[in-house]
Amino acid sequence: MESHAGGDVMRLQISTRLAIFAVLELTARQGRQLSVAEIGEKYGVSSHHLAKVMHVMGRAGLVRAIRGAGGGYQFAGNARRITLLDVAQLFEDLSSVEQQGNGPVDATPEGQMLSEVLDEIDDIARATLGSITIATMRKLIDRRETGRARPRKPSRRTGGAHAPELTAISLFREPNRP
Amino acid sequence: MTMHTNAQITEISPVVRVRRVQATDIPYVIALDTRVTRLAKAEYWNDVFRRYGKQRRHERFFLVAENRTQRADARLLGFIIGEIRAWEFGSTPCGWVFALSVEPKMRLHGVGSALLEAIAGEFRNAGVSKMRTMVARDGRLPMLFFRSEGMIAGPYIQLEKDLD
Repeated sequence: MESHAGGDVMRLQISTRLAIFAVLELTARQGRQLSVAEIGEKYGVSSHHLAKVMHVMGRAGLVRAIRGAGGGYQFAGNARRITLLDVAQLFEDLSSVEQQGNGPVDATPEGQMLSEVLDEIDDIARATLGSITIATMRKLIDRRETGRARPRKPSRRTGGAHAPELTAISLFREPNRP
Repeated sequence: MTMHTNAQITEISPVVRVRRVQATDIPYVIALDTRVTRLAKAEYWNDVFRRYGKQRRHERFFLVAENRTQRADARLLGFIIGEIRAWEFGSTPCGWVFALSVEPKMRLHGVGSALLEAIAGEFRNAGVSKMRTMVARDGRLPMLFFRSEGMIAGPYIQLEKDLD
């Protein structure tokens, strides 16, 4: 993860983001393989860069390469168990590494305290990434897409502000959930 | 699935339904919790039943999912407990879920989802539009479950300190 002075505090590296997008794209079309060019076109990235990303995920067993004409990649993992953290860790070190650096300033009480604060932020980021599976991401995206395509039915109590009834029912009807 | 709000029963399937807890369920609740947590706490659960199963039932909800075939070994499939709390931490009234357990053999069959949906319905009927819970950061299964149900990080951060 990269830290930035302005805007988002935490950002994933480009390779990590591409990998997540690619996996989401593949899981949206279960049973059908997609070429690197097809995925790259959607996200406006070079096939060269994406091919490297897919190669790393292939070695990790997340995707499977299909050779030959009409070939491409298929998702090969368990979408209900693979989390965003699992994907991200293929491309960047998100382990619980002490933030403390090697410089003399990091040995000061101020430097140590700052390290603890940054560790706390990293812990929360890791927990968040580790709590969201590919299947959950897919479901949230699909729900958002459906919400855009179909106006929400007004709720009796909220006047449609949150539409919790619709959310609960649609979630329940999906099979094989924990 | 059909929900009978007045009767407070949610039918998940012809053989499974969610309803309010009864005194006769508590031994099963204790047994399930003991199997899952490996820590028997009968006194705690009896006290929870007194407070959440019998008192202030308009804002406290102790629900169980049961197998309607009534087989003794598989009768209670899971339970969920929550209540509406108001103005704590500066929050407007919202529903808090503080316990959810599903028989390990029955996981991945929608029991947890049905329990959560049922208590969400109770909260909604009571007039609140927000539901909250708290999960250990390293609690992988509950974290994945609540996330899959669409729950996200809220506007509060839990803080704590060691008391010397």
